Amino acid sequence: MSAERPQDTPNGAAESTVLGKRVDRRRALSVLIGGMAAAAGAASACSPLSAMTDEEKEAKRLAWREYIKGNYRTMTEAERAETIARLEHLAKVKQGTDVTIQSTGAQPGVVFGYAFNISKCQGFRSCVEACINENNLDRRAATQYIRIFEMEDGVIDLDHADATFQHEVPAEGHFYLGTQCFQCADPPCVKVCPVGATWQEPDGITVVDYDWCIGCRYCMAACPYWARRFNWSAPEVPAAEVNPNQHYLGNRARKVGVVEKCTFCIHRTRQGRLPACVEACPTGARVFGNLLDPKSEIRWVLANKRVFRLRRI
Amino acid sequence: MHLKPFALSALQLATSGGRRYHLWMGSLTLLMLVGAYAYSVQLRYGLGVTGMNDHVSWGLYISNFTFLVGLAAAAMMLVLPAYILHDVDFSRAVLMAEAVAVAALVMCLAFVVVDIGNPLSGWHLIPGIGYLNWPRSLLAWDVLVLNGYLLLNLAIPFYILYSRFSGRQPSKKRYLPWMYVAVMWAVSIHLVTAFLLAGLPARPFWNTALLGPRFLASAFTAGPAFVILLLGLIRKETTYVISEGAFSKLALITTVAAQINLVMLGSELFYKFYSPTHHGINARYLFFGLDGHNALVPWIWTAIALNTVATVALMIHPIRRSHRWLMMACAVLFVGIWVEKGIGLVVPGFVPSPLGEIVEYTPSLVELGVTAGVWALGMFVLTVLVRVALPIELGEVRSPYIQEERVERIVRPRGTRPQRRDDRPVRTR
Repeated sequence: MSAERPQDTPNGAAESTVLGKRVDRRRALSVLIGGMAAAAGAASACSPLSAMTDEEKEAKRLAWREYIKGNYRTMTEAERAETIARLEHLAKVKQGTDVTIQSTGAQPGVVFGYAFNISKCQGFRSCVEACINENNLDRRAATQYIRIFEMEDGVIDLDHADATFQHEVPAEGHFYLGTQCFQCADPPCVKVCPVGATWQEPDGITVVDYDWCIGCRYCMAACPYWARRFNWSAPEVPAAEVNPNQHYLGNRARKVGVVEKCTFCIHRTRQGRLPACVEACPTGARVFGNLLDPKSEIRWVLANKRVFRLRRI
Repeated sequence: MHLKPFALSALQLATSGGRRYHLWMGSLTLLMLVGAYAYSVQLRYGLGVTGMNDHVSWGLYISNFTFLVGLAAAAMMLVLPAYILHDVDFSRAVLMAEAVAVAALVMCLAFVVVDIGNPLSGWHLIPGIGYLNWPRSLLAWDVLVLNGYLLLNLAIPFYILYSRFSGRQPSKKRYLPWMYVAVMWAVSIHLVTAFLLAGLPARPFWNTALLGPRFLASAFTAGPAFVILLLGLIRKETTYVISEGAFSKLALITTVAAQINLVMLGSELFYKFYSPTHHGINARYLFFGLDGHNALVPWIWTAIALNTVATVALMIHPIRRSHRWLMMACAVLFVGIWVEKGIGLVVPGFVPSPLGEIVEYTPSLVELGVTAGVWALGMFVLTVLVRVALPIELGEVRSPYIQEERVERIVRPRGTRPQRRDDRPVRTR
């Protein structure tokens, strides 16, 4: 099965011009609006400023700066560096973890794609576990980006598939099909977002700005592959298990009330590494690579194997 | 300027009334407090305290939202015969309809706010400081049309009532063009809300060309039915007289719309079940259950039974003309549409998921509390608007600063025959 192939000229560039507006005006106004919200917030906080330690005050100040910041796409490089510094500091204050958050952009001449070999997958779900650890997924809600469906041999029928199997695998007479975000070429989730908090990057990865998302969940209704997850409560990852290698648009700490999704491990793949699920798969059922590179494995698979797209619409 | 006395009179009117009035407003306040508490729990712990989950990611809140958008739209579409066709009998009903529209919109916006995971980021929607993904996102359209509609429905009645309060005849030249705009706008708010769902190919249950027209038909059923109930209540609880003509016209609109609604439901059922395809699987879950999962089956069949019985009843002339039976049929119809177009429309869109998984949905206590609170808020707003609008519209309450001679000319002494004016309701005691 091949992945949805992003357009060769991704609409990421067009998107940023749509969003490209004078930042100064937006920022001035956001301070104004934010001020009103802050007054309400301060009233409910009930802890007098004087009783706070300097560290608490600093954390409050940083949280406030975080609240009034703009959409990631409209930020200048300097603003991006500032918010990353704040987020790293807040991670240290809140959980005592030393994290590094990158803002590595899409590499030129790269569009990612992936393929899943239904003949090879044995249903071990090593990929699921690797994904949870790599992407700092909420342990309490047991959030998972990847779903492995067990089906009877002969026909691909998701309606009669089992994604919650709890028995020894591979089961006799069954095969396995994995789903996750396929990074659609023309993502229906991106189109519907009322605030432009989710978009497709030039390398084909659809990302979410967790701090811009308002949590309306329209994108979840629009996704044909059920690939998006919502933080129904504050996500929890034990400090010892936090993966400190993070990306602003990827596996950094999420908050309650926002949507998240698979990003092809954006923090790894933009540095030339494989996604965690691909690396973890013991059977080699997952193939990942640059669709624009004629010498890549994914291109060889697409050219030489019988492949199909998993269509749900 | 009569703004200050207007506000004072409105406040005075809204806070005065008989024992039953205070009991009603007190109960609503209590319910709102329950809702506020439930919402505070939701704010503290997140939407996880509701029955929603990653599979059924919209529930009771959005169900009520889609239903109430219809109520708001239908209320304003009643304006058409009254102001544009110069139907005098109708104009008091129309003022009430506008109050219903405002109350329904307040509830709509409240339901959206309580459904949002990160309400403090609401400013992200404001163009200029935030970013509104218009025209691509239908939700962005909805934000615009709903707020615009609210403004229109606040501005027009305010102008009319304020003119009356200040002893002036409201100028048709001023408000009639806006009335036309508002009527068109009413159609648009409901179509946009239908398109919001119909535009998602991932959800075949909603992805049908009939969804928009069905929304309009059900709105035209539930809206006038609600206005009939409201006018019936006003007639029972107050001394105001509502003309028979208003009732019979509203009843006729309700009946015809209810018939069309049933026809559309029939086409939908035929399309989904005569030659079933994979895209009909959500409808199968809703109407017949799927692999032992049938939480919604009793609900939808009850709704269809209620709608059918009420529609048939309304088609029988003696029943429609009897006030008791008319009220009952309208109440039944209102509940039937609420189920059909609320829970019965939103939830099955998510069950089964696009990947065929079945996770059912049951609203939690917190969710029910918030929902009750929002409905109480809407009824509270409606009561206040009606309470203030009626005496002003009827000329019983006027600005104390109007010159004497003008007051005499406008306020008719008790017991005299009312003067007919083409756009003013007639009051008899």
